[in-house]
Amino acid sequence: MIPAGAIDCDLHPAVPNTRALLPYLDLYWREHVLRRGMERDNLEASAFPPAAPINARPDWQPETGLPGSSLPEMQAHLLNRLRPRAAICNVIHGAQMMMSEDLSAALCRAINNWLVAEWLDREPRLRASIVVPVHSPELAAEEIERRATDPRFIQVLLLAMTEMPLGRRMMWPVYRAAEKHGLPIGIHAGSSFRHPPSAGGWGSFYLEDYVSYAQGFAAALNSLLAEGVFQKFPDLRVVLIESGVTWLPASMWRINKTWRGVRAEVPWLDRLPSDILRERVRLTAQPFDAPPDAAALATLLEQLGSDDMLLFATDYPHWHYDGDEALPPGLPAALMQKILVDNPLATYPRLAMAATPMQEAHR
Amino acid sequence: MARHVVAAVGEIPPGGRKLVTIRGREIGVFNLDGEFYALVNRCPHQGAALCTGVVVSRLEASLPGEYRLSQPGTMLRCPWHCWEFDIRTGQSWCDPNDIKARTYAVTVEPGEALAKGPFAAETVGVAVEHDYVVLTL
Repeated sequence: MIPAGAIDCDLHPAVPNTRALLPYLDLYWREHVLRRGMERDNLEASAFPPAAPINARPDWQPETGLPGSSLPEMQAHLLNRLRPRAAICNVIHGAQMMMSEDLSAALCRAINNWLVAEWLDREPRLRASIVVPVHSPELAAEEIERRATDPRFIQVLLLAMTEMPLGRRMMWPVYRAAEKHGLPIGIHAGSSFRHPPSAGGWGSFYLEDYVSYAQGFAAALNSLLAEGVFQKFPDLRVVLIESGVTWLPASMWRINKTWRGVRAEVPWLDRLPSDILRERVRLTAQPFDAPPDAAALATLLEQLGSDDMLLFATDYPHWHYDGDEALPPGLPAALMQKILVDNPLATYPRLAMAATPMQEAHR
Repeated sequence: MARHVVAAVGEIPPGGRKLVTIRGREIGVFNLDGEFYALVNRCPHQGAALCTGVVVSRLEASLPGEYRLSQPGTMLRCPWHCWEFDIRTGQSWCDPNDIKARTYAVTVEPGEALAKGPFAAETVGVAVEHDYVVLTL
């Protein structure tokens, strides 16, 4: 059972449909959307088939509409039940990955406006990640600047697999803006589907895609490390969201081993890559992909090598667990306290700020 | 411990090396700008012939893109897995506190002093007018 007062680091409010965003678009883009008839399309990221079980727990499935699209339901299913101190909203939407950079930015801005008006203003426990056009770093940085005045935005949201590896210098305007405002970079499971989720080509089945996402996260971390993002932005933190946890120790071992021989190629990596990851990277603990017994879990935590890395998350409304068992059984009590409260507070400095916007956010 | 004359100074030019066997141990003797150093010819990682590796510089960067070549010719790169070792200390670049190649004390002494002994000269004849590299093992 999760005690009250925890910090839930991953919930998914769903944009119910594109019409819901029309009031939050500026006039130019509202007309653009209407002329193209885009309001008739939900612009979902479509990472999973609509009926994939992971999309919504059966008891969190709404009567109508998309799972996660109703605040009263989120309150009834989760917030009033687990009674978290704060809960972080991560909206995954097609807006983030559109080909047109300007349309992508306009829709992301509308989503952030919608988040403020329909979620953050109505439920004081909610916080949110800034939704940005992931393929347009300059426009993404502008959106970060625009939202940074509202302390309820506590993170910048990216996807694990986009057009280019996340560490590339092209992406640095995003990291510069995020670091400046104390916003971690949240890398959520998912792809903008410019490339197959598997580096070997397009798979035929959902099973392949879903399992391959862990490799997407490993590639994102390898890129951030190799390109020197952690040296260039010394205060930047990265949170892997919905990444699973158990793949990471093996991945750290592999990059450490290889780094020893080829480190001269990336001379800014002046210590073990795993040391850098343990200091700068955090992971939401749902899904965990936990082993079935406590002894194996203990071994895995030992290999992870840090009590600071895991963050509590329900991943509402996705279906990874039943009842209130949002964390694997068998975690030591001291670690539970860190995962539930201490680690999220240390990861998200803006959680400690008063939830009052410094000035009215631009609409 | 005994002192072994392993080379005449002129045998190993700056940047050069000589492999010797002392009491059954293969050892690489290196000349770095006139200073001599000796390392065991066995990588602490998996036992490769470390002293046959390429001599390289330290490539460093405090930030991505800010490249700096420092201490030219002071590092030995293992021929198997390319781990780098400081010729002067045996320290590995990747894990300097825990992974080190064994080093040996080396001095340069005039033949005149050596002629008086005691020393163990396996292969190198000593002439009083030359200087010699002497390794203690």
